[in-house]
Amino acid sequence: MGRTLAEKVWDDHVVRRAEGEPDLLFIDLHLLHEVTSPQAFDGLRKSGRQVRRLDLTIATEDHNTPTLDIDKPVADPVSRAQLETLRKNCAEFGVRLHPLGDVEQGVVHVVGPQLGLTQPGTTVVCGDSHTSTHGAFGALAFGIGTSQVEHVLATQTLPMARPRTMAITVDGELPEGVTAKDLILAIIARIGTGGGQGYVLEYRGSAIEKLSMEARMTICNMSIEAGARAGMIAPDETTFAYLKGRAHAPEGEAWDAAVAYWKTLRTDDDAVFDAEVVIDAATLSPFVTWGTNPGQGAPLSASVPDPASYEDASERLAAEKALEYMGLTAGQPLRDIAVDTVFVGSCTNGRIEDLRAAADVLRGRSVADGLRMLVVPGSVRVGLQAVDEGLDQVFKAAGAEWRHAGCSMCLGMNPDQLAPGERSASTSNRNFEGRQGKGGRTHLVSPQVAAATAVLGRLASPADLSTADATTPAGV
Amino acid sequence: MEAFTTHTGRAVPLRRSNVDTDQIIPAHWLKKVTRDGFEDGLFEAWRKDPEFVLNRPERQGATVLVAGPDFGTGSSREHAVWALQNYGFKAVVSSRFADIFRGNSLKNGLLTVVLDQKTVDALWELTEADPTAEITVDLENRQVRADGVTADFELDENARWRLLNGLDDISITLQNEADIAAYEAGRPSHKPRTLPL
Ligand code: SF4
Repeated sequence: MGRTLAEKVWDDHVVRRAEGEPDLLFIDLHLLHEVTSPQAFDGLRKSGRQVRRLDLTIATEDHNTPTLDIDKPVADPVSRAQLETLRKNCAEFGVRLHPLGDVEQGVVHVVGPQLGLTQPGTTVVCGDSHTSTHGAFGALAFGIGTSQVEHVLATQTLPMARPRTMAITVDGELPEGVTAKDLILAIIARIGTGGGQGYVLEYRGSAIEKLSMEARMTICNMSIEAGARAGMIAPDETTFAYLKGRAHAPEGEAWDAAVAYWKTLRTDDDAVFDAEVVIDAATLSPFVTWGTNPGQGAPLSASVPDPASYEDASERLAAEKALEYMGLTAGQPLRDIAVDTVFVGSCTNGRIEDLRAAADVLRGRSVADGLRMLVVPGSVRVGLQAVDEGLDQVFKAAGAEWRHAGCSMCLGMNPDQLAPGERSASTSNRNFEGRQGKGGRTHLVSPQVAAATAVLGRLASPADLSTADATTPAGV
Repeated sequence: MEAFTTHTGRAVPLRRSNVDTDQIIPAHWLKKVTRDGFEDGLFEAWRKDPEFVLNRPERQGATVLVAGPDFGTGSSREHAVWALQNYGFKAVVSSRFADIFRGNSLKNGLLTVVLDQKTVDALWELTEADPTAEITVDLENRQVRADGVTADFELDENARWRLLNGLDDISITLQNEADIAAYEAGRPSHKPRTLPL
């Protein structure tokens, strides 16, 4: 019987298989950041162990880093301690680190692909749940806990139980103006935040094949929000073209050998998935969340749902609680929801294409009066590229704040936070209670919707912007 | 991880049920960047009361915690186990532990012993009446002994073997180091590397 993409990559990494035990998997790439690594290094130190494969390990600073005044000492003592500890640990153990101020610094899931380190058919782990992002390259990538971080540092392997596989097939054409973010939000709303639990998701079908690498990363990034630890997309010419010439991509004969291997990484025709979901791309439209988990979303053209309409009692209760927290009432059109803050950034939508998309909407327009818009590139390199293309000027001219790279308001571990009761349209991945600041209310959106929302001051898509407001200050 | 064969020590009788991980180690301690130094955070809120059993002079140096049912509920934080170990506890006795806490404790070499509530009551009475009374936790024979108390306990064979040999997850994997080395030797050369720059 044929094998799925996930099974092929899995099988290629089994170091040891024994009856009744989890497989011992080899890890090709281990990404570290300041939040989940300190105790892992401390554990190594206590047991007198070393990092087994420094050449497969890399660290960056992202969760705590400020996006303003990056040359000044970090004000928050906890953030500073975590950053300093990472620097000390990397120096002591010899781990390659890209600290704040370095040209390769950025959100860990933006940095790996950008350096060409994330490659098809590799296993990638990081002490961060959004490691699923790297699956866009046909890598098997999953988030791990701190004791597993220590385990990988010491052994370059992880004991893992073989996951089940789920195919998410998206056929047809995405309508004009509908993005990867809308697609993944719609998928999560469809299968639920627990729908992917225990599975590796494989996104496939003609609509997926047409997506750019960046869009594929947006999709795989949010697999975890559907409960799956990993999401994958089979590598193809789009993948190879993205990798070619990157700093750590193979060259010459090694490139040819790699591509030959990468081409084998497709689910066999006779392979069987444990579960399958089929979605017709043509039925989709811009999608936003109204609640406090990423599954509580609806098309922008819809209204806030009535909790009473849910048959399932726990879903009804969750919807009631969400509406209360979000300060919304059933039946309110989503387009009527006014926001205070717009955040463009994160490992979901902080790449150059995302910034381009937001800038295209904002060009010649301005951010609504009293609204704060933060644009935070996913990495320093993304920021430099944006400056090269003049995107920073577009954002600034529109009245948005152009910031330094990092996780920023995605989780508000640094000073970029929502105040209690403040409402945001955010291109990040989690709308949990308090995620962007205590009492903050988050609507997850695409970069295009984020920019249009910034102009109108209420949830909107670019199609809602008349050509007239391209010349007049918006907020009318 | 330190091996655990048998341990004898004085006890702290903790007559409370449903002690959750937030009571064991409050959330603000999670900001620390090391695995040690959590002893002062252990039961922090309760320790503000000088009469709290852990604060009593006669309990200093005790190494066996005898707790009420449902010990370790709440979040999955491993810090709860570290705090107990940093403080000096080698074993915790209760009639029921939360699953995740129990898993974390056995992974870290803290022996969690499940005894029926009657036996826990007997241990409480004994150690309250006589703070110098010692409790022996014998992992080899899976038995707890104290003056007037002999009780067998269960522990799955794998967890017991690991504790007896002081094997943490990493040591167990490293027993298969040859397999890892063999795998490494066969990896294709086109695979990415982070070094040299
Ligand atoms: S950008 Fe957000 S989701 Fe991504 S790694 Fe940072 S905090 Fe996590």
